[in-house]
Amino acid sequence: MSLTFTLDGKSIPFAEGQTIIQAAQAAGVFIPHLCYHPEFKPHGSCKLCTVKVNGRHTASCTMRAAAGMVVESETEEINAERRALTQMLFVEGNHFCPSCEQSGNCQLQATAYHLGMMSPHYDHFFPNRAVDASHPDFLLDFNRCILCSLCVRASRDVDGKNVFALSGRGIKTHLIVNARSGQLGDTDFTPADKAAQVCPVGVILRKRRGFAVPIGERQYDKAPISETANDNC
Amino acid sequence: MALDAMHAEAVAGVVDRVVARYRRDPANMVQILREIQEDCDWIPPEAIDRLQATLGVPRTKIEGVAGFYAFFYTQPRGKYRVLFSDNITDRMLGNKAMMDRLCNNLWVERGKVSEDGLVSVAQTACTGLCDQGPALLVNNLAIGGLTAERIDYIAELIRGKVPLADWPAEFFQVADNIRRADILLTADFEPGAALLAARARAPDQGLLASNMRSWREGLPSGIGGPAATLDEIKRANLRGRGGAGFTTGLKWEACRNAPLKAGQQRIVVCNADEGEPGTFKDRVLLSTFPDLVFEGMTVAAYAVGATRGFVYLRGEYRYLLDGLNAVLARRRREKLLGHDILDIPGADFDIEIHVGAGAYVCGEESALIESLEGKRGTPRNRPPFPVTNGYLDQPTIVNNVETFAAAALIALNGGEWYAGIGTRQSAGTKILSVSGDCEWPGLYEYPFGVSVRQVLADCGAVDTQAVQVSGPSGICVAADEFDRIIGFEDIPTAGAFTVFNQTRDMFQVARNYVHFFQHESCGFCTPCRVGTSLLKNLMDKLHRGAGSPYDFAEIEKLNQLLQSMSHCGLGHTACNPVLDTIAKFRPYYDKRMMQKDFTPAFDLDRALGAARQMTGRDDPHAHLATEHGGQA
Ligand SMILES: Cc1cc2nc3c(=O)[nH]c(=O)nc-3n(C[C@H](O)[C@H](O)[C@H](O)COP(=O)(O)O)c2cc1C
Ligand code: SF4
Ligand code: SF4
Ligand code: FES
Ligand code: FES
Repeated sequence: MSLTFTLDGKSIPFAEGQTIIQAAQAAGVFIPHLCYHPEFKPHGSCKLCTVKVNGRHTASCTMRAAAGMVVESETEEINAERRALTQMLFVEGNHFCPSCEQSGNCQLQATAYHLGMMSPHYDHFFPNRAVDASHPDFLLDFNRCILCSLCVRASRDVDGKNVFALSGRGIKTHLIVNARSGQLGDTDFTPADKAAQVCPVGVILRKRRGFAVPIGERQYDKAPISETANDNC
Repeated sequence: MALDAMHAEAVAGVVDRVVARYRRDPANMVQILREIQEDCDWIPPEAIDRLQATLGVPRTKIEGVAGFYAFFYTQPRGKYRVLFSDNITDRMLGNKAMMDRLCNNLWVERGKVSEDGLVSVAQTACTGLCDQGPALLVNNLAIGGLTAERIDYIAELIRGKVPLADWPAEFFQVADNIRRADILLTADFEPGAALLAARARAPDQGLLASNMRSWREGLPSGIGGPAATLDEIKRANLRGRGGAGFTTGLKWEACRNAPLKAGQQRIVVCNADEGEPGTFKDRVLLSTFPDLVFEGMTVAAYAVGATRGFVYLRGEYRYLLDGLNAVLARRRREKLLGHDILDIPGADFDIEIHVGAGAYVCGEESALIESLEGKRGTPRNRPPFPVTNGYLDQPTIVNNVETFAAAALIALNGGEWYAGIGTRQSAGTKILSVSGDCEWPGLYEYPFGVSVRQVLADCGAVDTQAVQVSGPSGICVAADEFDRIIGFEDIPTAGAFTVFNQTRDMFQVARNYVHFFQHESCGFCTPCRVGTSLLKNLMDKLHRGAGSPYDFAEIEKLNQLLQSMSHCGLGHTACNPVLDTIAKFRPYYDKRMMQKDFTPAFDLDRALGAARQMTGRDDPHAHLATEHGGQA
C-alpha cells in the first residue's frame, strides 16, 4: 500500500523517510524555500518553507512526511507570513537588486516576486558589511548574505573543505571563511568547489563574468520560481 | 627570540595543557576555549592556530564557536573585564549610576577597552543576583551589593593591578537569602540515603514489576529498583521545574526505553543554565544543597540506566565550579559516584560539569546539548527529541536543577508522599526567586497553589502594581489578578517573581525585556533573528516619542509571526512582555503616543549623536529642535 498525505487537499504520495518538501517536489508541487537544497542535509533556518501540519506551523524541509498528515501551504495566511520573512531578509542586508549581478537568477528576489512582495515594509537596517575581493576568481559580497548556510554545507559535506562557517550570534550572525586573515584569497577555495555554485543570492560571485547574460534573459525572468524550482533546486 | 614568537610559544603552551586536560576531544571545545581565555584573558589568533593544529579542527569551526558566546573574546578586552548585570532589577537599584561611576573613575568608555588595555566595562544579561544587586561580573566572578564606596574601591584595585585573588573576600560573598523553606530548602539530607532507598524499593511495589533491567542494560542482576524508582517518580506526578512543565516520569521512561546502538550509553543532563532574568534558585540549590541535586541525577541515572552525567552550569556561576567539583570528588570517595556505586557491580555513573559562556538560548535543551558537544548553541530541529537522540546522538534526559532535587526526595520518601503536597494538578513545592520592590528579596519555597497575593504579603511588598512571573518569557500579572495561584493549572513558572510597585514604568520593564531577547536570539532562524531586532527598534521608537497607533498594529503582527514561524521557545515568547503590558498597562504606552499618524523612525537629531560625541559636546546648541519632542 502506498503512503500518502494531503497537501492543500491534494493527495501526495511519499516514501518512508522523505520530508514534506521532498515529497511535494517529487509530486510537482512548489513550496517556497531558501535554505533547502535537495542535495544537502536540511537546515531549517530560513523558515520560508513553513506549512501547517494538522493545524500547527512547521518547516516542511525538516519535517518527515507521515501517512494521513493534513498539510496546508498555499493559504493567504501562510503566504502573508512568508512574505513578511522575505521582507525581513531584505531589510536585514543590503539588497540593491538593480545593480546586483545575481538579479534575475536570485532565489530571494524570485521568491519575493512569487509571494507578491511589493515593498520592504520594515525600516532598513543598512548594516555595514565589507566586500572581500581577495580571491583571484571570486568576489564575496556579504551585503546580500541571507545566512542560509548552503555554502557552509556544500564546502563541508561535498568539498570536504570547511571554507565557510557562520560566526557571531543573533543579528550579528555572519559568514566567515577559513583563513587566519579572514580573506577568501587565503583559503583553498576554487571554482570547481560545489560551494561556488550554491549561493541562492548574490554573495559568491565569479569574477570577470559580470552580466554575461543580460538582465531580462535570466532564469527567473523567463519563468517564475514556482515553475523552475523543481528543475534545479 | 622575537616578542611575537615568544608570545605564540607561551600561548601554545597554555593551549596544549588545556587540550590535554580535555583528552584532545573537540566535543569539549566550549570548555577548552573557556580555559584558554581564563589563562590568556582572551582567545588570541595564536591560540586558534594551535587548536587547529592539535585538534585537527578547521579554523572556521573554532571561530564559529568562539563567536557565538558573549563571554568569549577574540579581541583583547583587558586584564579586568567588568560586566554590569543589566536586568530590570539592577536598573531599579541604580546600576547605571554605578557603571558610569566606574567608567569615570577608570577613564574608560562604556563598552570599550581602556587605552592602556587594562580594563573594559560593559553590560550583560541578568547574572542571577537580583536579590542582592546591583551586581557585576569581573572576569566572570560575581560581585553583588554594589555601592558607590564599593565601586570606588574596585576602581582602585583595578588601577593598582591587584590580582583578583587578593581582592577583599567579602566582595565575592553571595548570600542565599532563604526566606521561606519547605521540603527542599530544609532537606538535611544524608548523602546516599535516596540511592539506598531507591535500591531497596522492591519490584513488587512497582507498576512495572516485570521490568527487571538493572542499572546497566545486559547486566545480570535481580535488582528491581530502577523500574520501581521510575514508578515512584510517576506516582509523585512530578513535572519539570525549568518552565515547560513536562511530566518527568514520561521523559525518563522514554529515555529508558530508547534503544541503544553499539557503543552508546544513556546520558543524564542537569540544566543549570538559569538564564531567565529574575531567576536565581538554582544558584542556591547548587551552592547549598549540591548533594541533593547530584543524588537526584544519580537516582535518574539509576532509573533510566544512564552511565554518564553532565551539569551545564551557566558562565555567570563559574564561581561555584571548584566547590561543586569538590563535592563530586567526595561523592566518588564515598562510592556514591563512579564505578560500582554502593558496591553494586556494574552500577557506573559519573558527572562532569560544563560551564557555559553567556548564552541564554543554551538553556533550551537541544541548544544546551549542542553546547555540551562543543558547538554553537543553536537549537536543533525536532523531532527527533533528546530522549532518543541527545548528546552525541545518544538517549538523553535534560532536567532542571530543582527537578533533580525533588527527584531525590521522591526516591527517599516515595511518590505518594510527594503527590500529597501542593494541588491536585501540581504536586510538590516550587521555589520562587523573589526580587524587585519588596522588603525581603530572596528564595521562597511554597507548596503549589499559593496565591500571588500571599507571596507579596510574605516578602513585604507594598503598593504593588505588577508581578512578572517566570521572567520575560512568562506573564505579567496585574493587581486585579493577585488572587491567581502559582501552579500548572493557573500560572506556571520557572521560578522568577519580580515585583514592581506603583512608581515603576511598565513600558520600561517591557523594553528592558525586549532588549534582552534581541541580545540573546541565537540568530539561526529568520523570524527571531530579524524580528527581535525589529521589535527592539519599535520599542526604542516609542521610547523616543515617535510612536503612533500604527506601531501597535506592527507589534501585534510581529508577535503573530514570531509565534508561528520561530524555531524555538525564545522566538515564541519574545513578544510576550510587550503584549502583556499593552493589554494591562496601556496608559504607559498611550503616554508615548505623541503621534496620531505614522512617523518614521529616522531622527536627524539622533543621527547627529556621533558627531556630538566626537566633539565632546552635548549642549542645547548642539541639538536640533526635535519635531516630536520625545525623551532622549
Ligand atoms: C530559550 C529557552 C531557555 C531555557 N532556559 C532554561 C534554563 O535556563 N533552565 C532550565 O531548566 N530550563 C530552561 N529551558 C527549558 C528547557 O528547554 C527544558 O525544557 C528543561 O530544561 C527541561 O527540564 P525540566 O523538565 O526539569 O523542566 C529553556 C527553554 C528555552 C526555550
Ligand atoms: S553566502 Fe550565500 S550560500 Fe552562503 S550563507 Fe550566505 S546566502 Fe547562503
Ligand atoms: S527562535 Fe531565535 S533563538 Fe530560537 S532558533 Fe530562532 S533565532 Fe535562534
Ligand atoms: S527552506 Fe525550510 S527552513 Fe529554509
Ligand atoms: S537580486 Fe538582489 S541580492 Fe539578489
